[in-house]
Parts: sequence; C-alpha cells; structure tokens
Amino acid sequence: MSENTEPAVDLNLALAHGLSSEEYEKVRAILGRTPSYTELGIFSLMWSEHCSYKSSRIHLKRFPTTGPQVLQGPGENAGAIDIGGGLAAIFKMESHNHPSYVEPYQGAATGVGGILRDIFTMGARPIASLNSLRFGSPDHPRMRYLLGGVVGGIAGYGNCVGVPTVGGEVAFHPSYNGNILVNVLNLGIAHAGRIFRGQARGPGNSVFYVGSRTGRDGIHGASLLASASFEADSQTKRPTVQVGDPFAEKLLLEACLELMKTDAIIGIQDMGAAGLTSSSVEMAGRGGTGIDLDLDRVPVREEGMTPYEMMLSESQERMLVIVRRGSEEKVRQIFRKWDLEGVPVGEVSAGGSLRVHFRGKRVADIPVKPIADGAPLLKRPMERPAWQDEVGRLDLTGLKDVVHPPKALKGLLGSLNLCSREWIYRQYDHMVRTNTVVRPGSDAAVIRIKGSPHALALTTDCNGRYCYLDPRSGARIAVAEASRNLACSGAVAQALTDCLNFGNPERPEVMWQFSECVDGIGEACRALEIPVISGNVSFYNETEGKGIFPTPTIGMVGIIEDARLAMRSFFCKEADVVVLLGETGEELGGSEYLSQAHRLEAGPLPVLDLEREEAVQLACIEAIGEGLVSSAHDCAEGGIAVALAESCFHPEGMLGAEVTLPAGRRLDAILFGETQSRILLSLPKFNLGKLEKICQDREAPFSLLGAVGGSRLKIHVGEEAVINTALTELKRPWAEALPAWMV
Amino acid sequence: MKFGIVVFPGSNCEHDCYHVVKHVLRQEACFLWHKDRTLAGSDCVILPGGFAHGDYLRCGAMAKFSPIMETVARFAKEGGPVLGICNGFQILTESGLLPGALVRNRSLHYLCLDLTLRVETTNSPFTAQIPPGKVLKMPVGHGEGCYFADAKTLKRLEVEGRIAFRYCDSKGNLTEESNPNGSLLSIAGVLNERGNVMGFMPHPDRCAESILGNEDGRLIFESVIAATQGH
Amino acid sequence: MKVRVTVLYKKGVLDPQGKTILSSLHQLGYKEVTDVRAGKVLELSLPKMGKAQLEKRVKEMCDKLLANPVIEDYQFEVAE
Repeated sequence: MSENTEPAVDLNLALAHGLSSEEYEKVRAILGRTPSYTELGIFSLMWSEHCSYKSSRIHLKRFPTTGPQVLQGPGENAGAIDIGGGLAAIFKMESHNHPSYVEPYQGAATGVGGILRDIFTMGARPIASLNSLRFGSPDHPRMRYLLGGVVGGIAGYGNCVGVPTVGGEVAFHPSYNGNILVNVLNLGIAHAGRIFRGQARGPGNSVFYVGSRTGRDGIHGASLLASASFEADSQTKRPTVQVGDPFAEKLLLEACLELMKTDAIIGIQDMGAAGLTSSSVEMAGRGGTGIDLDLDRVPVREEGMTPYEMMLSESQERMLVIVRRGSEEKVRQIFRKWDLEGVPVGEVSAGGSLRVHFRGKRVADIPVKPIADGAPLLKRPMERPAWQDEVGRLDLTGLKDVVHPPKALKGLLGSLNLCSREWIYRQYDHMVRTNTVVRPGSDAAVIRIKGSPHALALTTDCNGRYCYLDPRSGARIAVAEASRNLACSGAVAQALTDCLNFGNPERPEVMWQFSECVDGIGEACRALEIPVISGNVSFYNETEGKGIFPTPTIGMVGIIEDARLAMRSFFCKEADVVVLLGETGEELGGSEYLSQAHRLEAGPLPVLDLEREEAVQLACIEAIGEGLVSSAHDCAEGGIAVALAESCFHPEGMLGAEVTLPAGRRLDAILFGETQSRILLSLPKFNLGKLEKICQDREAPFSLLGAVGGSRLKIHVGEEAVINTALTELKRPWAEALPAWMV
Repeated sequence: MKFGIVVFPGSNCEHDCYHVVKHVLRQEACFLWHKDRTLAGSDCVILPGGFAHGDYLRCGAMAKFSPIMETVARFAKEGGPVLGICNGFQILTESGLLPGALVRNRSLHYLCLDLTLRVETTNSPFTAQIPPGKVLKMPVGHGEGCYFADAKTLKRLEVEGRIAFRYCDSKGNLTEESNPNGSLLSIAGVLNERGNVMGFMPHPDRCAESILGNEDGRLIFESVIAATQGH
Repeated sequence: MKVRVTVLYKKGVLDPQGKTILSSLHQLGYKEVTDVRAGKVLELSLPKMGKAQLEKRVKEMCDKLLANPVIEDYQFEVAE
C-alpha cells in the first residue's frame, strides 16, 4: 500500500484506532486540522493505555518515589539507586502477558529482550533477570503448553544473551486461565555518574537508528486494539507477535556499551513497543526539543513499507540514539564492528515538533509537548465490588481441623503452587557472569558485585489471592513479604519496581482494586522506607468479562553489606538450634491450606503490623550481619510447617529438625496458617544469647523451637507429636510434582 | 603467563574467564577479537562459553570460519595449550581440532546445574595438577552438551587416554543419572592426539572462588599455569 | 532458483527430538508410525545456473557449513 492510497482519516478511523471521540477532537485542536493517516497512528499509539498510562497515572502519583539512595525515579526507561562505591543498580520490571498467551515462547522471549534494552539503554550492563509467572488451573488443557513455552522462551533468550535468570516465582490459579502473566525484571550495574537517559538535546545533533532492521512486526500489537474491520485485507499476513533475535540483542548490547564509553551519546532509548514513535516523541519531550525524521533512511526488512508502518512497527532489537555532532563516524564504526545497522535518520530540531518526511513529503508534523502534556488523564469511576464483604468473611466453627497433618503437609509440598521450581530454573542459565552467590531456591537471589564488598539481593513477590480477598492488605503484604525475603538473605531493602496486573479498567470494580492496591503498596513503602523507582501497569487482563486476580507484582532489591555473609534458607549444621522470629496467630484466612484442603478462598487476611514487620526484619538482618546465623527462611504460603520442610531440603544434603510449637489454637492454623512477620532461623547454640539480645533491643518476638539434625522432620505441638516423617518421604512429592505434571 | 581469551560475536563467558585468570589467579589476560589474526603473545588460548553467532545453524558452526581460528589452529599444531569451554568445546569439534560432536541434550532442555565428574588422565597440561581419579564438582550450562563420536573414534579416545573427564556420581561411579546430557561414555572433556587441546563441557570459570561456594575449577587453570611455567 | 537442503542426523546418532515426537504421535493414536527423524530444512535462493555447477556449489556449501559430517547427512533438490 502506498501513501496515496492511505485511508481518509475521519472519526470512525480514529475510533478504530482506539481513540475516543473527545480524544480525536483534541488531536484536531492540537493540529488545527485533520491529522494525516500517519499522524493518527502516532497519536493513537502515544495516547494508548500502554504509553500514556491514562487510567493509572492519577493513582501512581501516590507512590513514594524518593530517598537518598534514588538516582532515578519513575519516568525514565528504568529506575536507578546508588549502591556505593560509585556504582548504581538500574532495574525495572515489565509485563508481556498478552503476547505470551498468544505465542508463549516468542512472547516471553521478547519480554526478556524488551526489559534488557530498558536497562542497557541507561548505560548499565544487565547482570540479573527474574520473572514472576502466573498460569491458570493445572487442569486447563493449554497450561502445560503455555508454561513450557514461556519457560523455554525466557531461557532461550536470556541464556543466549548471557544474562543469568536468578530467581522469580510461579503460581497457578483458574483466574489466570484466559490471561497468564509473564512479568520480567532485569537489573544492571552502571557507574553512578554515567547513567544515560532518553533525552534529545542540542538542535543539530544527529538522530541515529541502530540495531536490527524494521519490518511489519507487531503493528497494532502491544498498544493498539487489533480491529479486524479496518484495513482487513492488508492485515491478514501481519504477525501481531514479534519474533525475538537474542543474538542481535547481544550484539546491540555490546555495541551500545562500547559506544557508551565514548562521549558520543546525548540520549538513547529503546524502540520496543510503540517503536520509532514513542522513542522519538519521548526523547524530544524530555529534552524540550523537536525531531526531524527522514524515513527514507530507516533500514527496512520488507519492501514497500509505508510511513505509517515504519512509525508503528514494533520490530525488536532496535534503539534510537541522539549523537553529539561530530561523533557520527565513531557510532558508524562501532556498529559496523558488531555487524549492526547504525545510520543517521534525522536531526534534533529547535522547533519542538516531530516532523516526519518520506519521499520528499512531510507525512507528519506534530508539536511534541501537547502529545505528552495533552495525553488524556482519566479519572475512571471506582466502586467497591458488592461481593467484597462476602469473600472477606470466614467462619471457622464449621470447619473441621486437620486430622492427618503429615498427609496434609505432603499434599501442600506436592502441590503445583508450593513444589520445587527446579524443573524451571535448571533451564535458565543462572550462573553466567559468575556473580550468583545464592542461587534460585532460597527466599532471595544474591548477586555479588565484582570489585565491591557488597552484594545485591533480589526477589519478586505477590499473592494474587490475598489481593482478591483484600486488595489493600494484599498489596501491603506483597511489599512486606518481598522485603522479608530480602531480609532472610541478610539484605536491607533499597527500592522496588512493580508490575501492576489488573483486569479491565473500564469496570469500576477493577479500578477500585487498582486504587486500593496502589494505596496498600504506598502504605507499606512509606512504613518500611522503600521507594518505588520504576514499574509498569498492565490492564485488560480479562477474558469474557472475567478479570484475573488483582496481581500487583513487587520486584525488590536490597543491599548486603558483606557479600560473604549472604544467607540461604536451608538448615546446614547438625545441632544448630531453630528459632522463630515473630509469633504465630490463628490466621487461616486466604491461606494456601484453606484453598487446597477445603477449596475455600475466603476470609480476612493475616494482619500485617508494619512496625512488627520492621522489627523482625531488622533483627534478622542484624543477626545475619553479625555472622550469628546459619539459615533464614520466611514463613509464607503453607505456613510454618511448609517453611520447616523447605528448610530441611538442602540441595547438597538434606538435614532434618525436631521442633515444638506452642499449642492452644487450631492445629491447622498452627501448622499451615500464614501469619505475617515470621522468620525461621537456624544458628549455633552458642549464638543464642546474642540473638536474644538483638531481638530484645529490636522488640522482635523470639522463641526457641528446637534443633536441627537427623533425617526426619518432627513437629510437636505442645505435648503431642503431630508430624514425624522421613525427609525422603516429604521431598519426593515436592521434587516430583512439576516434572510429573509437565510430562 | 598470559591467557588470550577469544571473543566471538555472541560469546558470553569471556568476562568470566578473564576474571578468573586475571583477578583470581593473578595472571596476565587479554581479549582476542575473532577477526584478529594474532594471539598477542598468549601462552594459552581459551575459547569461552556462550552462543557464538547465536548458535544458529549448529553450535560453533559459523565460528570456525572466523579469521582467528586459523591462528588458533596453527598455535595448537605447534603445541600451544588451547582450552575450549562449553561453546568453546563445540567450536573445537566443529573446526576439527577435536574429534566428535556435541549434540542436543537427551532431555531436550537446556541444563544449568552442578554435576560431578572424574578426572581420567593427568597426562595433559589441563589436568596435571589434579589428583588421579579425583571427583570434582562443576556447574554445566548447555543445551547441546551430549558428546557424540562414532564407535571407532570412541575406542581410539579410550585407548589413547584422551578422555579427560567423565560425568560420574559423587563416589566416582559412572551412572545414567550422573550423565544427564546423555554423552557417550559419559564424556565431559576430550583431548587431541598431542594432549594440548582440550574441549570441556562444564564451566571451571564458574567455580574458582570461595564466594561462589566451589573452587574446584581452579585446578584446571592452575594445571595450565604450572605446565606453562614449567617449560 | 530455489534449492531445498534437508539435513538429518545420521543413523546411529541419538535423536531425542525425533523420539519425543514419535511418542507423542503414538499417544495421539498414530501407532502405525515406527520412526521419526527430526532435522532441518534450508531453502537457498540462487541465480539460475547449470545443473552440474549448481550441484557442485551446493554440495560444497553442505560439506563446509550447512551440515556437520560427523553427525549429519544431507540431501538437496531444486525446489523451483
């Protein structure tokens, strides 16, 4: 299709592009005329939910985003924190949910590719990836295929690029049957004084296109609604899911990092979703400039591409670079060395407009500022769902207590939500770059920083069921638990990134869930002093009017002062004592146990007292920092019984334990209740006094449960022995559940 | 001594190897770009792990045509030590510097985990410092690590003592479980006829520091250093 | 013109992909399938040339790069 056969722009075409009639009128007012076809495409992309955050922006303002450690908060390609020694950690999490459902391997792979570019575009070498995955019911016929494909895609892309995938989480629930979640986090290290930003400054500087060629990938993919009615004939053969090329990404990564050692770069941004359009508009917007683009110079992979297609293409492994005048040859040289395209496609201008030229004609001329400032900001209606009160209630009186605790424990350990993830993470190269001090399988992954005494701990966390039962508390717990995971490795939490996965924001119930979760995250962040420095919102995770569980995934990063003291979650010394920080209440609401044993998803969530939480975490961090502790493990889904069993499953040799828990409550709540702010420690007996002192100073509850040793897990409640099972018998279902399901 | 570490487009363990020889073992180290034709005075050449040329077509298939490989072949012919780790092993077999081939893992999946292996000969610059029969623990990370060669070649390798390492259990027994990629004869590493070129599937570069919980990988680098300095 | 090159593992080389596909086919009820070999197909686009020259050139490409003689066999045909 050539430009003179472009469809005439009118309201119907604008509506088909996902703009509302008010938005279309605003476009006409900004331009003072009817937009061209290419301009309509640009506006529809920039004002899509994906790029403009029009439904969420008003809420996201409520996050705390500052702190002495923050070098870059939200609004850039990724956030950055100071980690000492002149270094910065740059990280962000993003979702690639819909593409992964359509084509799991490529969807997940390009998700990894996109987040990697967000990190190295800032001047950081990516050193660790994590992922947070949600799948539907294990009985759903498509889920095996989806999980296999997603894991394969993450592995295929990440392994090839040479960035270790060091941790993450997976959960299953029918609410994700029609909408799986693939959230990927990446972290890179840069020199704190050499962080690159997506800014176009200095009129006359060159705009370079670098990386792979542009094809018709993903036009109307991530950002636009795929309307079958418009342009139906030319749409049919266009792939809506992009194919990733990790080898090209690896070359792009090395070439960009090499270029960043020079002084050639003024600004740089990924051309991922929303491609050439968002990278040029956003960079000009941040720089207060304009950009002139000459599309005839854009390297293309397919013949006959129109300006509209070039501006909207979501081809992968591309970047837009603003190059200091006079440094053009340097850029060409470096990209030639790495066998990549590196060509000037335009210039920074003073005029403040994005002007796009093609075959001697100007095909778009849009003032940049109004696209950004004028982007719709919606105050969508919110309403607490009518069923919310109902699901928050739980009457335990009619509920039979656990009769056979060992069987219940084995059931939980062998369930897909709690079983070993080794089948997954052994497909990920989690060791390349030789920084992985704590490998997948503990509460948090730990990465040492070469040339620094410190290490970074990373984790992702969210319990979707909690957020469904009580969005605000669920989100608070997600933050607290992520922070607790880090504390268990000995790290002090520094900052977080989030992926807020929700249903259709046009439904007031979903917007209410969203708002509540934002407030919950905000509350916990303020209490624990953890700023939000980057993130992403994914709406419309909904099929046939049924949304997913609200899933505000938290990715969190902490610092361990002395990398050598990084802690794992496994018992490792015979005769160590076992201690619980925190106290166990009678809190079964929302638990994995209720869901599995009684098919009940209801109840008030465990109460989270953020002061108590902080005390427990600080006591744990201090004890680890003093070198007193042998292992630390968070008590989370499945309660203390599951946490004890997991602590026994040391990968290099299991070690049992015998503990006594106080009686006086329902047995199921004692063993499997998910009371918050609890950490299980093991330590040499002679350190007990010092630990007790720390706990007293911090006002963290402390109780001695028993000792490590033997090849069985023995749990007494009061006088009664309720579990006395060989570790081999406990480990079998835990180790075999996932591979057995995958076969 | 000086290690030269070859960088192909798509290599991704070059920094790991550099770190071990330079910062852990305090030797000289340099990177050699695949389009170079000189080894910059290196005493030992390492072909590091990674996905040279994306592993497209076959692992190592395109890397063998890089200009530096001619120089590496000449260096090997003159007796210089060449160590191919993981993807480097694949490149060595593709180039014909070592016999056999590395094919897809039996499980069809990429595998990243610790394995135990047994040194089979101390008669090489890469294994001389390892106590005979010692069982080592080392991580692997590969999708195509199943060693294959025809029966005649395997026989020859065995007879000539050119099987350098085999996967085994923690007690040194050759079992099916301890050989998860399905390598024939449980082969983890092989030598050329002269013994100065070794292809090795596990990653000694990933286990040479106490902070990573395992220093077994040092033995291989230290063997090369001792052999070279003993000259 | 187009030449289609087919590369398959030699007999005797373990082909886990083929084996897996075979067992999936059996699970789906296609019991009559006795063996599956998985390989790859490469389609080369070339200018028109004589048959003898074409065969010589393509054979060379296969021996040099497209197949690994240690583990793979190849064959090729003119597709169009």
